[in-house]
Amino acid sequence: MSDIALTTATAAPARRSRLSQSRLRSAWLFLTPMIVVLAVVAGWPLLRTIWFGFTDANLSDLSATQFIGLENYYSVYDGETYGLIVDPSWWNAVWNTIWFSAVSVSIETALGLIVALVLNANFRGRALVRAAVLIPWAIPTIVSAKMWGWMLHDQFGVLNDILMGIGLLSQPVAWTADPQTAMWAVVMVDVWKTTPFMALLILAGLQMLPADCYEAARVDGIHPVKVFFKVTLPLIRPAIMVAVIFRALDALRIFDLIYVLTSNSSDTMSMSVYARQQLVDFQEVGYGSAASTLLFLVIAALTIATITLGKVRLGGEMK
Amino acid sequence: MMRRSPLKTLGLYALVAAIVVFSVFPFYYAILSSFRSGSELFTVTYWPSSFDPSNYISVFAEQPFARNILNSVAVASVVVGLSLFLGVTAAYALARVSFRGRGVLLFTILSVSMFPQVAVLSGMFELIRLLGIYNSLPGLVLSNLILTLPFTVWVLTTFMRELPKELEEAAVVDGASSWVIVRHVFLPLMWPALVTTGLLAFIAAWNEFLFALTFTLSNDMRTVPVAIALITGASQHELPWGNIMAASVIVTVPLVVLVLIFQRKIVSGLTAGAVKG
Amino acid sequence: MLRTSILAATALAVPLFAPLGAGHAGAQAAEISISCGAVGIELELCKSGADAWAEKTGNTVKIVSTPNSTTERLALYQQLLASGADDIDVFQIDVIWPGILSNHFIDLAAYSDGAEKAHFAPIVENNRVGGQLVAMPWYTDAGLLYYRKDLLEKHGKPVPTTWQEMTETARIIQAAERAEGKDTLWGFVFQGKAYEGLTCDALEWVDSFGGGTIVDADGEITINNPKAIEAFELAGSWVGDITPGGVLNYAEEEARGVFQSGNAVFMRNWPYAWGLGNSADSPVKGKIGVTALPKGGPDGKNTGTLGGWQLSVSKYSANPEIAADLVMYLTSEAEQKRRAIEGTYNPTIASLYEDADVLAAAPFFGDLYETFTNAVARPSRVTGTNYNRVSNAFWNASHDVLSGKTDAATAMADLERELKRIKRRGW
Repeated sequence: MSDIALTTATAAPARRSRLSQSRLRSAWLFLTPMIVVLAVVAGWPLLRTIWFGFTDANLSDLSATQFIGLENYYSVYDGETYGLIVDPSWWNAVWNTIWFSAVSVSIETALGLIVALVLNANFRGRALVRAAVLIPWAIPTIVSAKMWGWMLHDQFGVLNDILMGIGLLSQPVAWTADPQTAMWAVVMVDVWKTTPFMALLILAGLQMLPADCYEAARVDGIHPVKVFFKVTLPLIRPAIMVAVIFRALDALRIFDLIYVLTSNSSDTMSMSVYARQQLVDFQEVGYGSAASTLLFLVIAALTIATITLGKVRLGGEMK
Repeated sequence: MMRRSPLKTLGLYALVAAIVVFSVFPFYYAILSSFRSGSELFTVTYWPSSFDPSNYISVFAEQPFARNILNSVAVASVVVGLSLFLGVTAAYALARVSFRGRGVLLFTILSVSMFPQVAVLSGMFELIRLLGIYNSLPGLVLSNLILTLPFTVWVLTTFMRELPKELEEAAVVDGASSWVIVRHVFLPLMWPALVTTGLLAFIAAWNEFLFALTFTLSNDMRTVPVAIALITGASQHELPWGNIMAASVIVTVPLVVLVLIFQRKIVSGLTAGAVKG
Repeated sequence: MLRTSILAATALAVPLFAPLGAGHAGAQAAEISISCGAVGIELELCKSGADAWAEKTGNTVKIVSTPNSTTERLALYQQLLASGADDIDVFQIDVIWPGILSNHFIDLAAYSDGAEKAHFAPIVENNRVGGQLVAMPWYTDAGLLYYRKDLLEKHGKPVPTTWQEMTETARIIQAAERAEGKDTLWGFVFQGKAYEGLTCDALEWVDSFGGGTIVDADGEITINNPKAIEAFELAGSWVGDITPGGVLNYAEEEARGVFQSGNAVFMRNWPYAWGLGNSADSPVKGKIGVTALPKGGPDGKNTGTLGGWQLSVSKYSANPEIAADLVMYLTSEAEQKRRAIEGTYNPTIASLYEDADVLAAAPFFGDLYETFTNAVARPSRVTGTNYNRVSNAFWNASHDVLSGKTDAATAMADLERELKRIKRRGW
């Protein structure tokens, strides 16, 4: 290899690396404000929670807090085991939450996709329908949960009245009281409430698709259903995945809906309801923080699984 | 534009009708309830029987509800503005520039959304008192960012990553700075994503309850969900359903208007309205 | 340096000059924040009472409204108190909170001048934690039995005095009315949701049978006894028979909804349901009666669970004496009388139940005097900060029996074990 060849070969990369260096610099410049804000807002509260998980803190007197290591998670007194990982009601809450999240997020994704496709089509009054669809998401949860509680009431609820009116039920069902239906009632209300969130994000994905691939497909006379599965779906997959991840994060932390609809009933208790019960109702800041930390770990594990299985790109090359 | 067959049109409108009924019926029921009172709460009705506006009047008479709405608008707007600004800049770096630890950073941002809100509450309470913004709107803005920022950053990163590389390359060759690229190349194409995340973040901040309840004390600093939760009957256990429903209807209307204004912007960017099924 | 000495001089000078002239009012007048009801008559009465005190003493009062939901209110209080915030001086607290929050309140005995002696003894006792009077009784509440006068008359049944009799009457009337085509009618509704309200209801059943109060005054766990099991066996038999299955998710308002729309013969509820049930648009207006809750069999007793609210002063308050003065004013006989007349709030002072003005405004106060004085307190004082755990375990066990998940005997045995676990090394 000659010297001349070497210099010409290195000139371009040097220029490029200067360029990418400046890109990198501005990238960090762009990132810094967000990271600083997030660190200020979230850093202390989160670290404090994790720390309290290793203490016996009690809300009645936080100054007497002592470090107790892993005792909140597992400990033995007089041959009896205590701690989160041997607490059947904690695992019951974990199982309830995972079941709830899997079922509700699946239904919401399917429905959200349908709604998004409909909203993406051109028809009269589309603006109004878009606004109408968003209404469930717009009503404060504390109100909509109470409202549904009333609509699901076994004696004077409108749902039983409708279902009996059209002959689907012969006698009123106590939706939120019966262990068989309570979780489904929660799922139904959650689907009603958060499908708009899904639909809107997927709609944004659909709207950002380039038009040319449709044109090509249409010219080729490919059946629309095939176009959807072969072209549209793969293209909007990133949008769907991000919507699914954030829906799942919310679903795994579900609190107020369950709390208002069915209170502390063990049939529907979620991880967040459990953590709140410990933190607030029982004043066990230490134990509740440990539960929150464990909740975080469960969610993190599930998220990593979703990201891996859903092939979400975190650091990969851009297009 | 392709013409649809009548059958397809009918099917589409049937689907639209089904979606609208599913979404709106509970809200319709809320409107009905907001015009009723007392014992009527315990009966089922499908059609308006009377138009008694007294619930609406008492919502404004019994508390500074107009002030509460203003607070909510202010808090949610600032939260959305900040989140979008921080989100867009961060998303550019995360989506368009390769650097080490990008995946880890994205995951760390996401992990902020993995703690239950109630666990964050005490730490946030201390932070807000430390900063001296207890019982004030800046305190609410700050605490809401923990809810909206990870979401905004992630969604915008995802969408920005999907934009074609060629767009940027031309600008880079012209020697445009990163800020110019974001401002003039990406932003115009990002409208659907920006409006969508903005709307979703706005509603999230608008509906946030736990922080708003804990970090404010006086009625004229409170936001709408807290104000609604504070509506009570004459006695301890009584539920003033009519008033609560009236208040809920009032606070939902601004959001509907907001969606109507911004929904046009959901259609744009690359497609410019060309893609129609 | 200069600055410090000026400061020191001022600090010395202020107390010297304070007693003179206008400085007097300035040094004494303080702004007291009080948390009482949110809106409605409760807030009105609190506001007018506090304003009267402010007028009299020259201080100012700021009212902080808090959520009506007791769980949310407790959470907010805990957050404020745990951080030592002085934003609220006077707290309105539920009858079960003295044990939970006692650490954060001052001893009011130093300011009461013995005034608490005029109040109902069980409530004062309930508010005394570790020898300190952490709260003054403000108004009281107790569980009552509501019944449909017209239906009892129609079927020739007397007002039941025992739970067994009530069960029987409810079953007969329900069957007869349904045979006549009124198929939405149920015999009895109560609060069966898994929450504090169920603890109140279930405690009434257990105590009326003579089964004690879950944990006795000495902190011994007493719940696993034959009387309690008997009470739960009866209660478990109601659901699906005389009580709709939905009761397992009823709070106060859901139960009132069924009763007030004419779909129940009996209801257990608090006194508030009386006024609403008799309001102009109520379908059962004028058809309802109210009495003490039935006894658990002939040897049992009438028991209503003690409810109601107290006033406490935060120990983080900047002006505890002035705040305590406001508390004493608001809980005084004159103020309680005004509240009883204007808002039918049950006084905690015995003599007011014989007061002609009060009885004219709320006639049923006289008949139910016994119920209010003998109301049974939940074991919140003895179990202290663990009360919510105890109550949670108790309502879960009750809920399991009502839903038929477990039988009464097993549930009580399990509950006893669970309570022992909670107690571990003492309450």
